[in-house]
Amino acid sequence: MVTSSDTPTALNVDSLRADFPILGQMVHGDRPLSFLDNAASTQRPRQVIDAMSRVYEHDYANVHRGIHVLSERSTDLYEQARETVRQFVGARSVEEILFTSGTTASINLVARSWGDANLTAGDEILLTEMEHHSNLVPWQQLAERTGAVLRHIPITDDGHLELDSLDELLTERTKLLAVASVSNVLGTVNPIAELAQRAHAVGALVLVDAAQSVPHQVTDVEDLGVDFLAFSGHKMLGPSGVGVLYGRRELLEAMPPFLGGGSMIDEVFLDRFTPAELPNKFEAGTPPIVPVIGLAAAIDYLSGVSLPAIAAYESMLTNHAFDVLGAIDGLTILGPTADQRAGIVTFVLNGIHAHDVAQVVDRHGVAVRAGHHCTQPLHERLGHVATTRASFYLYNTREEIDRLGDAIHAVQKIFRRR
Amino acid sequence: MSLDEEEIYQEHVLDHYEDPYHRGTCVAATHADDGKNPLCGDIVRYELAIGDDGKIREIYFEGTGCCISQASASMLAEQMDGKTVDDISAFEASEMLEMFGARLTPNRQKCCLLPWRVLKSAVFSPLDGSDEDHVTERPAGPNLGEES
Repeated sequence: MVTSSDTPTALNVDSLRADFPILGQMVHGDRPLSFLDNAASTQRPRQVIDAMSRVYEHDYANVHRGIHVLSERSTDLYEQARETVRQFVGARSVEEILFTSGTTASINLVARSWGDANLTAGDEILLTEMEHHSNLVPWQQLAERTGAVLRHIPITDDGHLELDSLDELLTERTKLLAVASVSNVLGTVNPIAELAQRAHAVGALVLVDAAQSVPHQVTDVEDLGVDFLAFSGHKMLGPSGVGVLYGRRELLEAMPPFLGGGSMIDEVFLDRFTPAELPNKFEAGTPPIVPVIGLAAAIDYLSGVSLPAIAAYESMLTNHAFDVLGAIDGLTILGPTADQRAGIVTFVLNGIHAHDVAQVVDRHGVAVRAGHHCTQPLHERLGHVATTRASFYLYNTREEIDRLGDAIHAVQKIFRRR
Repeated sequence: MSLDEEEIYQEHVLDHYEDPYHRGTCVAATHADDGKNPLCGDIVRYELAIGDDGKIREIYFEGTGCCISQASASMLAEQMDGKTVDDISAFEASEMLEMFGARLTPNRQKCCLLPWRVLKSAVFSPLDGSDEDHVTERPAGPNLGEES
């Protein structure tokens, strides 16, 4: 494993890759696996897998209730993980870190709890055209329940938010701005701190879908000035089934519980209950104990490698992808230039459907994503029904991107035979 | 091209994709229906002229989408030209997959079966002002495009 370093380019990828058992395999016979589908979900290093196995083999019991040694150990590990997450995103206190099942659950929690309690007909929720379905549908449902109105920040043709439109879109009617920090399709890095400032100026709260940024760059919720921030474990070397909602303490304290059940209560009577304090108030039922502990191991791993080094390395990979893919006739990369985006490169090939691209590319051992990537409105805006996406992480190499390039040439050969 | 790719993108599949059978509109159409798989963006429409005896006198298709969906639509049009409504009703999904030939993963079977579903619906969707409300069901199967 690589140790942290001040030199951003100091990643030793060969040694990093040795930590990821899944990456060493051949697929479709003799093709080395090139896993370029990290925006969908990443792989896990041995350190994360071992941390989870260790809990199951030595420490596992339910948390927060048993008066016995295993429950105490599991509870300690679970609550230590909360502290690890708190430090990782720069929150003030562990009460501001809620464990959920993922980004989607985190956003739904805010929509159900804060939204139902605070929005009424005519209030406005400001979203953007580039949002993932998970940051659109919960607000559509909330609007349906409350009569609130949805508005959307448009995007430019090169995949940036039209910030000029904010003067008109942000008004005293705006109660919430919900926006992705990084587009899961275009790789666009949105100016969250600036957006938060402008939203707060009209009294709106700010929720950030940070699923595509927390794994790849340093996040500090205090610096960003956001009110809610959601992300998932499985996109950052952790297990699936766990996510995080950061919420400003005073907001979370004022919000009613969302899911009811065990753990989230202080006292229960036959006809009523009193809720627990934060963070338990929002963690009803048995939480994803081992995934939470696995997420903390993933954060330890990422911190050990160094997020600035990871970001710099991914930037190098993105540049290389622009060189390789940009040289292919008939291939169009969507979104901003390489220097203005995260490690996500989505493209279309003239006359060839994305699923046919992904199918052939897979036969070359290269895993990419094809489809609308849970952003149908964005694809509608861009004028494509389906696109192909390559997305990078710390263990990817230039050679893997070269293989993608070779595989795309093979795609073109099949569909341009005559 | 490697042998691997030939598993799916076989000669006869690409032939149908690049030089489809009866892609276009049917001027004398008596029946028509369309359907899509919004997750893939595949769209297929069949237009048919069906005789009083239930015989398919003309069959045309239109559509956009992946190679699998469009080649399947062409193969099915060719196969069913001159057959009867009963033949189409009796034609099973397994036969459609068998006719396609190349082995498909469950995800891509959905692309292949879209035209099959649309055609089965089209033969019961007359154009003569009958307001039968025919809604083509979305193909079942995993959400190929759903993820983040």
